[in-house]
Amino acid sequence: MTNLLESIRTSQVWRSIFRHGPPVTTRNRTLAVLSNFFLHLHPVKLRRSGLRLSYTWCMGGITFFLFFVETITGLLLMFYYRPTAEYAFADIQALNAHVPLGIMREIHRWGAHAMVISVWLHMYRVFLTGSYKPPREFNWNVGVILLVLTLLLSFTGYLLPWDQLAIWAITVGSNMARATPVLGHEGPFAGNLTWDGVGLIHAGNDARFALISGRFVGEATLLRFYVLHCVGIPLVVAVLIAIHFWRVRKDGGISGPL
Amino acid sequence: MNDALQGFFNALGDPRLYFLLSCGLLGASLYWRKWFTKIGTGVALLAFAVVFFVWGLGDRDFFAIAMKPDNVPIAGMLVLVGFFTWLALRRAVINDELRARGEPTLEERAASQKVFVWPDLVYTELICLMLVGALLVVWSVYLKAPIEEPAAPAISPNPAKAPWYFLGLQEMLVYFDPWLAGVVFPSFIILGLQAIPYIDRNPKGNGYYTFTERPFAITSFLFGFLILWVSLVILGTFLRGPNWSFFGPFEYWNTNKLEPLINVNLSEIFWVYWLGKPLPQFWLVRELPGLLLLVGYFGVLPIILARTVLKKIYIEAGFARYQVTAFLLLMMALLPIKMLLRWAFNLKYLVQINEFFLNI
Ligand code: HEM
Repeated sequence: MTNLLESIRTSQVWRSIFRHGPPVTTRNRTLAVLSNFFLHLHPVKLRRSGLRLSYTWCMGGITFFLFFVETITGLLLMFYYRPTAEYAFADIQALNAHVPLGIMREIHRWGAHAMVISVWLHMYRVFLTGSYKPPREFNWNVGVILLVLTLLLSFTGYLLPWDQLAIWAITVGSNMARATPVLGHEGPFAGNLTWDGVGLIHAGNDARFALISGRFVGEATLLRFYVLHCVGIPLVVAVLIAIHFWRVRKDGGISGPL
Repeated sequence: MNDALQGFFNALGDPRLYFLLSCGLLGASLYWRKWFTKIGTGVALLAFAVVFFVWGLGDRDFFAIAMKPDNVPIAGMLVLVGFFTWLALRRAVINDELRARGEPTLEERAASQKVFVWPDLVYTELICLMLVGALLVVWSVYLKAPIEEPAAPAISPNPAKAPWYFLGLQEMLVYFDPWLAGVVFPSFIILGLQAIPYIDRNPKGNGYYTFTERPFAITSFLFGFLILWVSLVILGTFLRGPNWSFFGPFEYWNTNKLEPLINVNLSEIFWVYWLGKPLPQFWLVRELPGLLLLVGYFGVLPIILARTVLKKIYIEAGFARYQVTAFLLLMMALLPIKMLLRWAFNLKYLVQINEFFLNI
């Protein structure tokens, strides 16, 4: 057995992928991190204080993991789902009934809930350890944007099952936009904007209309939310997460006593 | 006995009591934090939560609302938020004591030592992810994702609730018009969060848990996060039923329950009740009391505070920073203030200017 492992380790294929020996020496441990695309996100060494779970709660890492899980399961769901009023609901139902080991939807939904919770807890930890203080002000701000985008990801996804729960939750949520000052047709001052006695801002052109692409939550909303949910927002989040991680390193690694 | 207990908890769930109790609980946990962060206290609180939950599940109405698939994670969140608050405060208390004795904090002790990312961090991460992954799979096997009737734009359910993480905002609709609860306040929550690193100039407490070195910052944040956000999400999820009426945790969600609205505006209280006059016709005169109150609140109060309670902060932060801080904090305080005014005087609007569709 050890011989087998050893011969794998010394084979040309293995050595073409991992160019260092087993990570038991200082040199190889350093190389293990530096020469690996995924691991080089990390420094080679870190202070023990940044390692403690009682310090970081691992919430940032868990949030990232959940984002990853959501991407994979979301991709799989896209194979089975068509974002039209005609098919959306039936596709979701069929998913439960026909897809083998059909817990993909469950993992995606519960993972989304968990991600909202973990991102809150991550922010909570960062605040309580004062980790937003210089030099990490900017990264805190990147984080706030990520928090908002996480909520928007969840919000746009909430509509896709196209059941009563979905459309009414999005209706209630997006109704707020009607009341945007000046830009929503029920908002303050909007009614005062008139031209020849005709209101300029109405249900057919206000902030809510722009958000849901119609006067009420309908098929156009479904398509719009689908595109944002599956492509638009995840792309932005992925880029921001990259910046976020890069900045963690540039700002001196996980915060600790100075 | 069971009925009496259930009645007791139903009464505690009343939004007024619920809110005041949450505030009291937070205040007490911070004030008596040494006691609150003892292991025994933590275990006792957790045990109470578990016993309450298990006992509650025996009741049909409690079960119906607590075991709704989308609500299960929210109950979990409550436990997690409680646990991490306890943990952070515990480390803060220990650190503060160590500091007072001139010894290095928990983080300082560990910081002097450097470890390799491989294997220490990589394996810690791996184990965390495997645990979370396993939890997610078990959760998904046992709890089906909900699917209701197909979308029917003509049939609105009662209650119609926003997604759960926005229920704190929906709860604010009880006290404020949508332009404030749904647009202005959320915008200021985001802006306020972004401003935090630039307005909190206290260099202490960077990279370790502490309470005594930044009590004001921590108390304000805990109030905003735990009370105004998390506790209102819980209230909106578990205690608000049809017509957004209040229902105790052991109460049946009866669609006919309507709470009478007999709310009055400040202008009516001022002109009609106090001065015994009819409401003035011109809006500026009619709403003058409310407008003056708001000008005083946002314009004069910060100046008074700068000279009294917040003097230290004013000197540390400087004029511009202090103004921004004060404005954001006053904005946040508007919600509990309006709640209290509603409960005490049935106040509907401080200012109602129909001419501009502007109600505050
Ligand atoms: C999609 C969302 C997010 C992901 C995936 C993410 C991920 C991470 C990770 C992995 C770390 C390393 C330390 C740790 O795990 O705690 C980190 C650190 C940090 N995060 Fe985030 N984060 C997210 C959102 C946020 C939010 C909402 C905030 C604050 C509002 C934030 C602010 C920070 C700051 C300031 C640090 C540096 C902390 C330190 O050095 O101790 N992040 N983030």
